[in-house]
Amino acid sequence: MAVTGLAMLLYLIAHMLGNLKVFFGPDEMNGYAHWLRTIGEPVLHHEWFLWIVRFGLLAAVVLHGVSAYQLSRRDLAARPVKYAHARRRASYATRTMRWGGVIVALFVVWHLLDLTTGTVNPRGESGHPYENIVATFDTWYGDTIYIVAMLAVGLHIRHGFWSAAQTLGAGSPGRARALKATANILALVLTAGFLSVPLAVMTGVVS
Amino acid sequence: MRLTLRIWRQPDAEAPGAMRTYEVEDISPDMSFLEMLDTLNEALILQGEEPVAFDHDCREGICGACGMVINGQAHGPERTTACQLHMRHFADGDTIDVEPWRAAAFPVVRDLMVDRSAFDRIIEAGGYVTAPTGSAPEAHATPVPKPDADTAFAHAECIGCGACVAACPNGSAMLFTSAKVNHLGSLPQGAPERDTRVLDMVDQMDAEGFGGCTLAGECATACPKGIPLPSISAMNREFLRASRRR
Repeated sequence: MAVTGLAMLLYLIAHMLGNLKVFFGPDEMNGYAHWLRTIGEPVLHHEWFLWIVRFGLLAAVVLHGVSAYQLSRRDLAARPVKYAHARRRASYATRTMRWGGVIVALFVVWHLLDLTTGTVNPRGESGHPYENIVATFDTWYGDTIYIVAMLAVGLHIRHGFWSAAQTLGAGSPGRARALKATANILALVLTAGFLSVPLAVMTGVVS
Repeated sequence: MRLTLRIWRQPDAEAPGAMRTYEVEDISPDMSFLEMLDTLNEALILQGEEPVAFDHDCREGICGACGMVINGQAHGPERTTACQLHMRHFADGDTIDVEPWRAAAFPVVRDLMVDRSAFDRIIEAGGYVTAPTGSAPEAHATPVPKPDADTAFAHAECIGCGACVAACPNGSAMLFTSAKVNHLGSLPQGAPERDTRVLDMVDQMDAEGFGGCTLAGECATACPKGIPLPSISAMNREFLRASRRR
């Protein structure tokens, strides 16, 4: 859970920073998207780098999901009887890890159909990510799905980063506050960065 | 004080149980929670009913025998053991829910008593130091740096009551196991068995059917001895280190 989670977190940071290119206009954004396909040339062929990243991410998602399933099954079996006097436990981010993760996984499918294959995108023109982004965020459902998913991602990262640090043995009483703060900052910055794009399209800053 | 108690009654491990309601009167705020249950049991015996079974021994908060979930919290609202929880923390007329520890690895024996021998088997798997016995060694023969001694002592405080498992939404025993791993692992006497200790204890913990840790943090909040949550990370560090060297 920890290793695959951190790998996906690193990807999310790069993805969020890349998204901000949208604020520099269609030429910058589309040029950046084209550059992504040329990374590693001439050692790697066109788009090979992108496909290596895609396979790495797919492996991370699958392993993360399988571990989550195994852990959940074990945890639910270890506590078969609930307390009659129920009490609200742990933080919201902690309690929503399972369903939040499922929501994020479903969003990834939608997101790929929307902006990678263009299947569900109102425009869906290959090689024109800027125009496709504006098209999807001009729809109410595109905005709603994206905003809900990004809030789920933020909550998932908030508990996930901190937990991953504990699992890998990086936690100590002295470092507890610093790790919590890093988790909160990562969650906030990533959520804000991702949300800035649909908000900019909705307010007309990007069109 | 006059109180309404809703207590889990279960005649034995196989029989189904249920919450039953009892009224108790003339409870002094200075009574401990267990003394309040004693008062109830005296009344039940006089009425010819079976008294409520619960574990207890020292009644001074150092043995770890007592343990029950009071109003959804392990050992009740104060950070102490049920025997050191006093009735002044409740108000006259309160309704109090009392349940046994809930975990697959802690089956209910009767009423509020659970079988915690899974903890004993985790300790048997490696929670000790193999040393020749004989006369007590000279105190300064093995120097221990003060910070290490403090870490060891803070973790040695664990009384094995099981509140961590009861409070954990996953019924995980990570905090209990980490207390012993960190206690012995931070001392020179524990160094020779450091690797096998953590690997064997974690193996046994998993075999007993305890859940996995999701860092909910409920265990450290419930622990009457204040074993801190980062102890789990310290055990993970020991486990990774030992796995690499295996």
